[in-house]
Amino acid sequence: MKDTDIKRLLYTNLLCIFSIFLSIFIPPFFLDNFSVLETHLIWLCTCSTFVTAVNLLLYLVVKPNVSSKRSSLSHKVTRVLKCWIYFLMSCFFLHVIFVLYGAPLIELVLETFLFAVILSTFTTVPCLCLLGPNLKAWLRVFSRNGVTSIWENSLQITTISSFVGAWLGAFPIPLDWERPWQVWPISCTLGATFGYVAGLVISPLWIYWNRKQLTYKTN
Amino acid sequence: MQKVSVLLFLTWVCFLFYAGIALFTTGFLLTRLELTNQSSCQEPPGPGSLPQGSHGKSGACWMPSQFSRVVLVLIDALRFDFAQPQHSHVPGEPPVSLPFLGKLGSLQRILESQPHHARLYRSLVDPPTTTMQRLKALTTGSLPTFIDAGSNFASHAIVEDNLIKQLTSAGKRIVFMGDDTWKELFPGAFSQAFFFSSFNVRDLHTVDNGILEHLYPTMDNGEWDVLIAHFLGVDHCGHKHGPHHPEMAKKLSQMDQVIQGLVDRLENDTLLVVAGDHGMTMNGDHGGDSELEVSAALFLYSPTAFPGAPPEEPEVIPQVSLVPTLALLLGLPIPFGNIGEVMAGLFSGGSDSEPYSSALAQASALHINAQQVSRFLHTYSAATQDLQVKELRRLQNLFSKASAGYQQALQNPQGTEETLRTVVAELQQFLRGARAICIESWARFSLVRMAGGAALLAAACFLCLFASQWAVSPGFFFRPLLLIPVAWGLTWAILYAGLSATTGSKLDSVILGAVAATGSLLPFLWKIWAGWGSRRPLATLLPIPGPVLLFLLIRLATFFSDSFVVAEARSTPFLLGSLILFLVAQLHWEGQLLPPKLLTVSRLSSSAPTCPPRHSGAYALRLGIGLLLCTRLAGLFHRCPEETPACHSSPWLSPLASMVGGQAKNLWYGTCVGSLVALLGAVRLWLHHYSNLKSPEPPVLFVRWGLPLMVLGTAAYWALASGADEAPPRLQALVAGASVVLPRAVAGLAASGLILLLWRPVTVLVKAGAGASRTRTILTPFSGPPMSQADLDYVVPQIYRHMQEEFQGRLERIKSQGPVTVAAYQLGSVYSATMVTALILLAFPLLLLHVERISLVFLLLFLQSFLLLHLLAAGIPVTIPGPFTVPWQAVSAWALLATQTFYSTGHQPVFPAIHWHAAFVGFPEGHGSSTWVPAVLVGANTFASHLLFAVGCPLLLLWPFLCESQGRRKRRQLPGGEAETRVRPEEEEEEEPLMEMRLRDAPHHFNAALLQLGLKYLFVLGVQILACALAASILRRHLMVWKVFAPKFIFEAIGFIVSSVGLLLGIALVMRVDGALSSWFRKLVLPQQR
Ligand SMILES: [Zn+2]
Ligand SMILES: [Zn+2]
Repeated sequence: MKDTDIKRLLYTNLLCIFSIFLSIFIPPFFLDNFSVLETHLIWLCTCSTFVTAVNLLLYLVVKPNVSSKRSSLSHKVTRVLKCWIYFLMSCFFLHVIFVLYGAPLIELVLETFLFAVILSTFTTVPCLCLLGPNLKAWLRVFSRNGVTSIWENSLQITTISSFVGAWLGAFPIPLDWERPWQVWPISCTLGATFGYVAGLVISPLWIYWNRKQLTYKTN
Repeated sequence: MQKVSVLLFLTWVCFLFYAGIALFTTGFLLTRLELTNQSSCQEPPGPGSLPQGSHGKSGACWMPSQFSRVVLVLIDALRFDFAQPQHSHVPGEPPVSLPFLGKLGSLQRILESQPHHARLYRSLVDPPTTTMQRLKALTTGSLPTFIDAGSNFASHAIVEDNLIKQLTSAGKRIVFMGDDTWKELFPGAFSQAFFFSSFNVRDLHTVDNGILEHLYPTMDNGEWDVLIAHFLGVDHCGHKHGPHHPEMAKKLSQMDQVIQGLVDRLENDTLLVVAGDHGMTMNGDHGGDSELEVSAALFLYSPTAFPGAPPEEPEVIPQVSLVPTLALLLGLPIPFGNIGEVMAGLFSGGSDSEPYSSALAQASALHINAQQVSRFLHTYSAATQDLQVKELRRLQNLFSKASAGYQQALQNPQGTEETLRTVVAELQQFLRGARAICIESWARFSLVRMAGGAALLAAACFLCLFASQWAVSPGFFFRPLLLIPVAWGLTWAILYAGLSATTGSKLDSVILGAVAATGSLLPFLWKIWAGWGSRRPLATLLPIPGPVLLFLLIRLATFFSDSFVVAEARSTPFLLGSLILFLVAQLHWEGQLLPPKLLTVSRLSSSAPTCPPRHSGAYALRLGIGLLLCTRLAGLFHRCPEETPACHSSPWLSPLASMVGGQAKNLWYGTCVGSLVALLGAVRLWLHHYSNLKSPEPPVLFVRWGLPLMVLGTAAYWALASGADEAPPRLQALVAGASVVLPRAVAGLAASGLILLLWRPVTVLVKAGAGASRTRTILTPFSGPPMSQADLDYVVPQIYRHMQEEFQGRLERIKSQGPVTVAAYQLGSVYSATMVTALILLAFPLLLLHVERISLVFLLLFLQSFLLLHLLAAGIPVTIPGPFTVPWQAVSAWALLATQTFYSTGHQPVFPAIHWHAAFVGFPEGHGSSTWVPAVLVGANTFASHLLFAVGCPLLLLWPFLCESQGRRKRRQLPGGEAETRVRPEEEEEEEPLMEMRLRDAPHHFNAALLQLGLKYLFVLGVQILACALAASILRRHLMVWKVFAPKFIFEAIGFIVSSVGLLLGIALVMRVDGALSSWFRKLVLPQQR
């Protein structure tokens, strides 16, 4: 792998981070009283939209996995549809997991679901962009020695750090500090966002430091 | 013999933990016996005449009253310096300006303008400086500790004699307003009361404004004799902002206005008392024994002058002195258990202010006080041996001398003031001595004992960690492990006993145990120290893998936060779920879930484990999701701690009898019985799956017939209990009789089942006829009777194989069904079948102690542990010749599951949440004088989950072998299975799973694995109790220490003891099966030789 690849990865990741900042600073121009904590649900929607858009844009521009075979229009349409279904499935799956973890079943359904959406945005959307709707490829990337490129390596790191961030975000909830961000699911969404950003920052650096050890088998 | 030494070693480790817990507890939990005796007007505290005029006036008891009414203003956390007058500062020194200084200006004004009408004292408070304990002290005059033995844990109502009780029995009308703690302490004692919630310490104004709304109107309408107002604003301001905050100045100024207002309204016969219940630290907290916490202000004001000259500086008095003083000033008997000393300076001899008569009044007040204290000491030391005998005797002598002096002074009316002065000094000396010995035994944290206990616990945990490593290392011997430490421990114990015998001090069993434990730990610590430097990488020092260590650390850290302890019912399932998903993810990461063709072969580099997956990929995920689902469902049976008012306890924790509406009740009843049947069915199905239901042995017969009978009995009992009120009157006697008999019958059935199980644990079907003739042909290669264990080890697998063949052949003869034979043999599951049977037999009586709907939780409990065992087994590779190990994540998950079940069976680690009704299951009329039966019943209810999981702990070791039968079938096509044991390479192609018989193949490893399992489980539990102990001692000043941390420690400690006993029982059961199996084999082999 070349250093230019790592640089490209760094720039794309910085762009992703930038999209999160945009989602915080652009809406106030259009909406009164917008703030991340008070109008949290709106921010979740905008953040999810922005990150998805940037990911799609990057996918179209950078094309990290160049598939050689030309495909027909119908093939493309089914592919896009499949991606949609996968995304929705992952949202519902995460929602179920949250409820199993102890999130309220009936109250705050919308909040829980939007948390699932934002976490899917941080995890499933990059997977879909990079690997396509191919569950086997996903499973391969998330196993030991399964990655084949720095893009996949970065994907692995950001996904895991998003999940870990969301998990850590649950810890302040029982504390009696009575802060507005301790309300479900705000601390978790913030944790997931911080985790995602941290993953984006760390992954190019980590790849850079370990570039000697990393040898990808290409197929 | 190795088995016995494994058990003995584990017992010894448990003893180390117990010694640590006992040492810590005696230093931390101060205890005292509550006496319920009452003082009464008619009964003077001692011989001798009462002071003159006592019986003449109305409303006077032991002494004539000086005030008929009193206004008691309690300002919570009013530290002494808050009320201290600010003298104009010395020139040259900078003026001190702090928000809390000099804000109570009215006190200063009164003290300066009316020095004969007011007194300010610095009252010294006894720890624990928490409000409830202080209120108890301020009314009983005693030294309340955390555990006042004999008190009713279910409510806080004071059972000892107290001022409020004396006031009500004297017919005084008490009006109360303020902190609702008083409602719990004195239910129904007030003629009028305005309670406000003290829960929210961040709310500064609700309580105070509520009081102010009622205070002056009540004062003016005059329908009271005693008015008590308990303000909380200052205390809450301390907790929220600390004393160094402008808000504190505002709050104190408000209190100043209150005092001024009261003083203006006071009438001549009324005494005003302004008191702080305790102080606060620099941060505004309280609960401990630092100087700022124990100094509170006490201010007295009366429109009629006090006798004597006012002191220059505020006197220092113990806080409890207020109790006898108020009692005598109001003409009441002093509460029976009071140990305070009357404030003699406030007593005058009536209207004439002649020095002699006021000195006489003071002496008689002190004498009555001393008589009462002496009576109390006498009664108390007769009831318990807390107090030091020698010191007590010295005090008695002092008292009789002073008493004689006092009588003499009375006889001789011409006596001078001087003789009275000496009498007063002697009486005061006696009262102070009495207080001192009470404080010595009731009110001091012993930091040395706390630190020693924590150190012992830590050392024991350390030992578990290292010994669990050594147990599986090669060249490990059991005997020196046990003999050396026991010898050391005995030596030290004898040394200590001898030392205390020669010095003549009392032998303290707690110290003795601690000394023995420390002594026996020394060789271990020495061994670790010696091996520390040499060639030991960190990996062997910390054998716990990183992620599991992280989980453990998070769990331990939660014990140090009161919020997390309160929220543990939610945080434990969260951690458990995380651990489960982590295990699934780890399995996937290691490539053990997916068949390798999915992960392209080139991806798997050489470093990857070559062990192919034993299960399909979705298998572990399904198990994980199922576990999460069960955990979540069990969480529905959640009881709220009282600290969170927003939370609602599950309605399903109430008994069915409390339900109204027949339809719903019947539906629930059906569900509960259904879950019982499901539990029974599941266990029988499982046993059937491993063919354990075939033999005609008595335990199997019991499982077939006794268990359904138990279900029937339980269902019938529930039907009676839930519908007892609806029974027709002529059946009432029958119902009452049945509700006594049925639970006892179920418990008796369970006990007899357990005894049967212990008597004949091997439930293997032996076919005598054809089997015997064939066995001989197989066994020909082996000649001579088995002389040693090794021979037996050689023979046993052969017999086993032969029996399998035989069984298989028979099956094939009947029907040519090949694959059935794999599981169709019960020898492979002989250990776990016994364990599961024992667990279900234990579960039924425990279930009976809970309310009906908890049966669903018990069903979930078995399901959860079944799923968890399968998930863990999927991750544990079976190393065939040994050593066998149970990984840390398995043990941690098991302990977490036990904690989670504790909460989902409707428990909380606080005393009001204990299910007292369990004491009446099978004993509806109560227990009479016996106390241990209800204690055992309530304990079994509370710690049911600890017991079940601890007994079931060996399943963690057995289950991977059990799951082998499924894994091996799939692997049959794969080349190159594990090398079979040395004796039978030619039989390799047969590939029948030996399952748990592999454990018998390597008895040394089996014992080592059991020892290691026990040590690991003890370690995981031990670090929990260590964390609780550390949290309780480090946070002993915390606001919540007596509400959260101390109860948590007690529950955790008892839970540890129950768990360790259960663990020993479980391991002993496995060993019993093993022993029975050996003799069974021997019986089978010996006939072959003839
Ligand atoms: Zn208080
Ligand atoms: Zn307080």
